[in-house]
Amino acid sequence: MAKSKPRVKAPRKAAKGDIVTIKTLISHKMETGLRKDKKTGELIPRRIINKFVAQFNGQDIFSVDIDPSISANPYFQFKMRAEESGEFAFIWTDDNGETHTKKSKLKVS
Amino acid sequence: MKTLNRREALVFGAATGGLLLMTSSGAFASADDAMKAMEKFTGGRPVMEGSKMVTLEMPEIAENGNTVPLSISVESPMTSDSYVKRVVIISEGNPRPEVATFNFSPLSGVAEASTRMRLAKTQNIIAIAELSDGSLHMTKRQVKVTIGGCGG
Repeated sequence: MAKSKPRVKAPRKAAKGDIVTIKTLISHKMETGLRKDKKTGELIPRRIINKFVAQFNGQDIFSVDIDPSISANPYFQFKMRAEESGEFAFIWTDDNGETHTKKSKLKVS
Repeated sequence: MKTLNRREALVFGAATGGLLLMTSSGAFASADDAMKAMEKFTGGRPVMEGSKMVTLEMPEIAENGNTVPLSISVESPMTSDSYVKRVVIISEGNPRPEVATFNFSPLSGVAEASTRMRLAKTQNIIAIAELSDGSLHMTKRQVKVTIGGCGG
């Protein structure tokens, strides 16, 4: 099975009070549970990334509760007000219980 | 539902990316299902419709129903006293009405988010914002989905 790869574009530096833009992507088929296997005629079970959470210094700043209508390789872009230096943590949760985490540091002056 | 001939099936399948069970009927949500999903979220609270506070950006025509960009933006100071808690996206024409819920915090700075969604067919997409004061603000827009495929 293909591994889910997360990718993040987040700034490394910002001035205090700046609104910064964060872009995130993870490779994932986002199997809806509505497709039939062409050979067997069986329904392919649902398996999606059902939650994405962005934290900064351990605090949730933005998250998404995700349903199967979100496209494969789910992409999210969002913003944060830079107040203090610290570290982002981005966490994706798969239906099967697996989580994927990516971190990124931000220096605020 | 009439049986699709092979060419029609290929075109339809290409456009919807295999989202559908082509042999089953009633595979789509309806405006009714969307309404039920909305009511589940709003819990009977009043909703400001056609709100200028909420902007839902999507293309007028989606070339590829598999991946259609969606951006949401809600006017708000985003302070701890007054901010957008979340925005719920609902589909009137996909197999299921729920699409996503964006959860914000005052630290978001601005209540803006973008993603890409699947559209099974031409339909309305609804966005409902819930503010920290409990008020609900809604907007909707129609997105046309072309069935391109097979050199058509």
